[in-house]
Amino acid sequence: MGWAIALQGGAGDIPVTLAAERREPCEAAMRHCLKIGVDALKAQKSPLDVVELVVRELENNPHFNAGRGSVLTREGTVEMEASIMDGNTKRCGAVSGLTTVVNPISLARLVMEKTPHIYLAFDGAERFAREQGVETVDSSHFITQANIERLKQVQEANRVQIDYTKPIQKDEKKETPTADGDSQIGTVGCVAVDSHGNLASATSTGGFVNKMVGRIGDTPIIGAGTYANNLCAVSATGKGEAVMRATIARDVAALMEFKGLSLKEAAAYVIEECVPRGNAGLVAVSAKGEVTMALNTTGMYRACATEDGYSEIGIWPSVQN
Amino acid sequence: MGGWAIAVHGGAGVDPNLPPHRQEEAKKLLTRCLNLGISALRSNHSAIDVVELVVRELETDPVFNSGRGSALTANGTVEMEASIMDGNGRRCGAVSGLTTVKNPVSLARLVMDKSPHSYLAFSGAEDFARQQGVELVENEYFITEENVGMLKLAKEANTIVFDYRIPAVGSETCSAVAESPLQMNGLPISVYAPETVGCVVVDNQGRCAAATSTGGLMNKMNGRIGDSPLIGAGTYACNLCGVSCTGEGEAIIRGTLAREVAAVMEYKGLSLQEAVDFVIKERLDEGFAGLIAVSNKGDVACGFNTTGMFRGCATEDGFMEVNIWE
Repeated sequence: MGWAIALQGGAGDIPVTLAAERREPCEAAMRHCLKIGVDALKAQKSPLDVVELVVRELENNPHFNAGRGSVLTREGTVEMEASIMDGNTKRCGAVSGLTTVVNPISLARLVMEKTPHIYLAFDGAERFAREQGVETVDSSHFITQANIERLKQVQEANRVQIDYTKPIQKDEKKETPTADGDSQIGTVGCVAVDSHGNLASATSTGGFVNKMVGRIGDTPIIGAGTYANNLCAVSATGKGEAVMRATIARDVAALMEFKGLSLKEAAAYVIEECVPRGNAGLVAVSAKGEVTMALNTTGMYRACATEDGYSEIGIWPSVQN
Repeated sequence: MGGWAIAVHGGAGVDPNLPPHRQEEAKKLLTRCLNLGISALRSNHSAIDVVELVVRELETDPVFNSGRGSALTANGTVEMEASIMDGNGRRCGAVSGLTTVKNPVSLARLVMDKSPHSYLAFSGAEDFARQQGVELVENEYFITEENVGMLKLAKEANTIVFDYRIPAVGSETCSAVAESPLQMNGLPISVYAPETVGCVVVDNQGRCAAATSTGGLMNKMNGRIGDSPLIGAGTYACNLCGVSCTGEGEAIIRGTLAREVAAVMEYKGLSLQEAVDFVIKERLDEGFAGLIAVSNKGDVACGFNTTGMFRGCATEDGFMEVNIWE
């Protein structure tokens, strides 16, 4: 037993031809966030604190689909959601429909700790944020040029093009999101366990490119995008609707508990058997200090480390797994 | 075994002092809804159609806490939520924060069938409702005088109100039970408040479905979402079973209660009743809740650790029961 941590920056169709200038900032962020998470665990911070601080960092990074850098709704706006869960107590907090809150994951934690509720959304959540004095900014802060482009491409691909005088701009160096809105960035999340077996999970996202206003995905749904109990902590990413119907995060824990599968077996089973190919990925840690990262998409930005010195940063499926 | 089965509920946790006429009113409604479901099943409607039509009826009637008769938010308004799941394919639909949609469960169904998503909320959900042409009414339509009174009392007591009054389990003295207000969710229960509704069905083709609908907690913060619209918590259906839960939202969410019933059936091979009993006994910790469930084999089961749950169930072989107490 020992501490362990894993984090993800989204699963999706990340082509191996992805240009270096797109890939490198994400890999660097994975490395940086892994380090701050590991440092925090070494400094005996609780897993709940650790997952929150790592996800905050990922939210602040504009290269990931959470906080700043969130993908846009079909109206060109940002609606962010997040959830957090403490394995020991199974207390949880979730938020949806945030438009001005700099760190959705921290608001989710405040819902858990400062209200008798678990989940607050939209105007009510924004009002709560103000009451709590969390950092809020104009929602333009979260919108990046890359996401404006992404939205445009998806909307144009979805539209029947009669007029071809203005072709869809395609930069061969950039990947093109597929017409169903699947871009290569999904969600961010972090799971951690300390050397006493305390577990926590946190997940945050801007959602799905071109989503309908008011659409909620799997990320704030306990049992779908996030779950932690005294066996394991899981953070999932991918196509929200698929993750939700497969209750991915809960199922990993359920397989360990009810079928006695190991963390790795449970994660592999859920990803391979319970969700269609190309739809999901997850990171998970167990109370015993094990870690696993599984995906059935082309890629998933991820990183993990354990107390015995193992660490890994990756995008595509690793050969040895 | 085999054949159709249906169960309905109007909430777990009932005031043991509920006046007899209220009990009769509730039982009558449950009976009526059960009969509606039964005739639809006899006419070979699919499970997903049946759960929707039964929950619509429960929403329309002001007796329970859904649609008309919903509990009120801290602002005195109504914000409704619902979810529906089709075990055949595990498709799902959910809505939250509805203020003008007459039948939230039907909008949840439209989210499932007619939108690219599974869950829509607040103004986005209301916009979708308008686009879909569902019946819309003023928010006042949902507000009953009784609930306005309840909200006032709840604010005076400054508590979130449930109507579950349960004896303090293992209380040392009788006087403690008599005097101290019974509690749920760690708060004293002050006044009667209406209940979440739900329906689960397995049709004669063995397909399961589940739906749940509610106005949520009396005096809740605006924007608060409970367990009812959350797939895996308040509602779940797969090829093995359909489940709808009611009670302390927070306990149901952290216990992923509806999914739990299905998971122990799937991963541990428990029967429906064993799964329901296990979940109620072992998965609620200090929480209080109830649930109804059907299996693809035509079994029906319910379980609760509260005093009472408004419920009714029926199976194709003629069994039918409407009950409130143990």
